[in-house]
Amino acid sequence: MNRIQPRRLVRQIGLLGVLSVTAVAVLSGCSSNGSDSSDGGRGFSEAKQDKNSTITVWVDATRVPAVKAFQKANPSIKVKTVTYDGSANGSNSFKTKMSLYDRAGKGWPDVVFSSQNNDASWATQGVAGKQPFAARLDKGLIPAGTLSGFAKGALNPCTVDGGVYCLRNDLAQTVLWYDNSLLKKFGYAVPKTWEEYQALGEKVAKEHPGYIVGSVGDTWTPEVFMWSSKCQANDVTDIRKVTVKTDSTECKRAASMLDTLVADKSLTKLSVFTPDFVKTYTGKVLLMPGPAWFAGAIFNNKESLNVPKGRLGVSAPLAWDGDSAVAGNVGGGTWFISSHSKNLANAAKFAEFVTTDDAYQVDLGPGYPAYAAAADKWVKKQESSGYYATDLSGLTAAAGLVWDGWGFPSFSQEAIWAKTITPLVSSGKSIEDNLGTWATAIKNQAKVNGYQVNE
Amino acid sequence: MNKTRKGRRRSIGAVFVAPYAVFMLAFGVMPALYAIYLSVTDVDGGFTPTANFSKVIDDFRFFSAARHVAFFLGIWLAALLVLVVFLAIVVHAIRARWLSASARLFFYLPGALAGASSVMLWLFVLDPVASPAGPLLRAMGMDSFTNVIQPSHLPLIFAIIAFWTGAGGWIIVMYGALNNISTEIMEAARIDGANPVQVAIHIQLPLLRKWIAYMAVLSLAAGTQLFVEPSLLSQASNAVVPNDYSLNQLAYQYAFDLNDFNGSAAISVLLLIVALVLSAVFVTKGGLFETEDV
Repeated sequence: MNRIQPRRLVRQIGLLGVLSVTAVAVLSGCSSNGSDSSDGGRGFSEAKQDKNSTITVWVDATRVPAVKAFQKANPSIKVKTVTYDGSANGSNSFKTKMSLYDRAGKGWPDVVFSSQNNDASWATQGVAGKQPFAARLDKGLIPAGTLSGFAKGALNPCTVDGGVYCLRNDLAQTVLWYDNSLLKKFGYAVPKTWEEYQALGEKVAKEHPGYIVGSVGDTWTPEVFMWSSKCQANDVTDIRKVTVKTDSTECKRAASMLDTLVADKSLTKLSVFTPDFVKTYTGKVLLMPGPAWFAGAIFNNKESLNVPKGRLGVSAPLAWDGDSAVAGNVGGGTWFISSHSKNLANAAKFAEFVTTDDAYQVDLGPGYPAYAAAADKWVKKQESSGYYATDLSGLTAAAGLVWDGWGFPSFSQEAIWAKTITPLVSSGKSIEDNLGTWATAIKNQAKVNGYQVNE
Repeated sequence: MNKTRKGRRRSIGAVFVAPYAVFMLAFGVMPALYAIYLSVTDVDGGFTPTANFSKVIDDFRFFSAARHVAFFLGIWLAALLVLVVFLAIVVHAIRARWLSASARLFFYLPGALAGASSVMLWLFVLDPVASPAGPLLRAMGMDSFTNVIQPSHLPLIFAIIAFWTGAGGWIIVMYGALNNISTEIMEAARIDGANPVQVAIHIQLPLLRKWIAYMAVLSLAAGTQLFVEPSLLSQASNAVVPNDYSLNQLAYQYAFDLNDFNGSAAISVLLLIVALVLSAVFVTKGGLFETEDV
């Protein structure tokens, strides 16, 4: 057996060490930080401004027309578009990428669209003394007149500790969608309360099995049913404090209704975005509580249920007996401006344009605009299309009814529901019996995300 | 051999090893050292030897993630060790050349699909609506994707996916190792009246020991890092499979969801320790570093 002499071995390892250090230095490059910054009186320290610099905007594929509309209206402003997944479906890519830029000390985009609405909870909090990503908007960056023009409650997901840190793109208030022609054919009336809704669901199960009154197969089930029942599962009381109380009547009544209708099969366990759902329930969706964007995403969509013109009706959110009606909310995108931007003026102009200007929100926007004036025009435009069987006053009413007892923490309520409750539902277990399990899961997740759980 | 020739041979050896060593240092050793540094410091760089470790161990997800990985590893390693060796010996025993060659190709093919894409394939196989195995899944009482991916099924599902993608390559490696066993020994055994089973148990298995240990060590390292399978299933199932199912995913969550690179590093270091300890067991039991001075 050959033995390498220790001295030689040391020398060889030394040589390799030198080589590898060189390689690492070459591969990683050297980063430098140390930019000029100043306090512009807007509540954060600003980078040195350059009015002519290109602004980089991150959007998802659906929002690309917004950038094009802006460029058409402002040909002199240089915009670079980067398309990303919009942080959709819990990919968290917005947060992930920004935390990497934070570590690198450079690279942030100027404006970011996120399809989520809980980004303000982290984007306003700096880690390890670093400047938070989100620029504060209500201290001069965006005019107060513009901010006050958003629908009531529309900026709640953007508001942290009294400051506004993002602009809402669209609202995702929940309403009751229904097939007007089917209801008439079966001789049913549109329910006015959740009790009537449940009774109708039980009736449909008996008289017209195979038809459904909604779905519990998606991750936003708690936002459609628990939120609109005023279930206090997600009450963010302070920046890092949350109250989780799921043993209340409000939670139990909704859970018990879901259990009954799931057992009756008038609520399907399938996600509305599965091919199986489309195959099984096209023409068989009688009622469907869900967000505003269901109209374009599943009803008036050739690849989904493809409900013909003149059938789809919408009614304002349902109330529980003896309680006032409130709406839930499922998403609704947000636009953030980077506090590191070198061109805050144009970044602000861009964000204001895409959220408020008719050229995008009314003419091109697929969802219900969060900006009230644009929303009115958007609703009129939709009504004049002749697609709906009813007027859209239900949507407008719901816009102002989103219950504010459900907050926007940095963790995802949808992910918690999906991993704790969805498997139980699909194996035939009761939601009402497992409200405690749900609460524990929320509290655990809240704690690891740095929240104090109020007892 | 005189001294200078020996020296020249050694320096040529170093040249051959150098590129590997450089990349191993740059992308293996240095990141590991950086992770160890991160795991014993706080955000501001202050020395906190235990804080990160106790934080991640106290995390309610830590032990469930560790349990998930352990179950998965148990099933997968057992399947690999038993089935791969068994199949390799069977293929080796096939006399017909064309049958043996096509069997090897057949085993190897799934491994030709790169990691993530083979998992994508499995997303369809696991959905009773789209799957060619749909009737089988339904016969077992699973009529929807969500039913197939119930939490209790996951370790088995991941083990099947990993086995399907990885076992073929190992069968080929074992086949090669079997070819290396000298025909004289095999002949001698046969003349002494050993049947194929006895040959396998008393001759082939002991001589394969090192290769089996080698497979175990590498598979263990890969298995503890379970990430792609649960991550893709999590995306595809809209989070019904949690995004913190395995330890590696939990580390990812720490780094990018909680923005806590130190906690993330602590999990990675714990994984490293576990993998090192278990590898040491396999290495010593398998005699992997023993040299034959025959």
